[in-house]
Amino acid sequence: MSAIIVFTAVSIAQLMLVAAMAIASVRMFIGPRAQDRIIALDTFYINAMLLLVTFGVGTGRVVYFEAALVIGMLGFVATVALAKFLMRGEVIE
Amino acid sequence: MIYEATDLPLPVAIAVAVFLLLGAALALIGAIGFLRLPTFYERIHAPTLGTSWGIGGIMLGSMIFFSVGSERLVIHEILIGIFVTVTTPVTFMLLARAALHRDRAERNPKVPGKQTGEAEV
Repeated sequence: MSAIIVFTAVSIAQLMLVAAMAIASVRMFIGPRAQDRIIALDTFYINAMLLLVTFGVGTGRVVYFEAALVIGMLGFVATVALAKFLMRGEVIE
Repeated sequence: MIYEATDLPLPVAIAVAVFLLLGAALALIGAIGFLRLPTFYERIHAPTLGTSWGIGGIMLGSMIFFSVGSERLVIHEILIGIFVTVTTPVTFMLLARAALHRDRAERNPKVPGKQTGEAEV
């Protein structure tokens, strides 16, 4: 019984997160300016990270946590670098 | 190490399911708002729904699942939660400042000009 509940919840949550990733990629394509595309990328990787954690709960393995942590840290660095590029025109000055 | 969901007690399974669905629904609502809001400065608010309670709900569900499944305290997911909660305001503040800088450089009439410190007449 509890396996069915957890499996159903994990499946629905994965569907919702994939829909959120699809919506973020739509905004990444139509986004009128560069800052919209950067925030769409930010939303995209946050949702991918949540999808990995949900996948870890669904399969019962703890290895997906490390992948989610790496995605979170690298995504932060990428977004800050892109914002700096928009502001100054170069990343490292 | 694989933890099966079959040997979870029923209230724990319900709690895990509720937290996972709450987090995923908030992430989806944030993404929809990000698609539908009209201007950039309104759009920047929506994804923070997913990075605050979206992250929080899914990490809480995962913590409960692995803590009960392995019969010890597993709270390393809180690392991701703290990290994202600290870094999201920083990145969005940087992005909003960059967007404001670009709009002002193009003399876009929709954004307020730079405040000089003296009252406008």
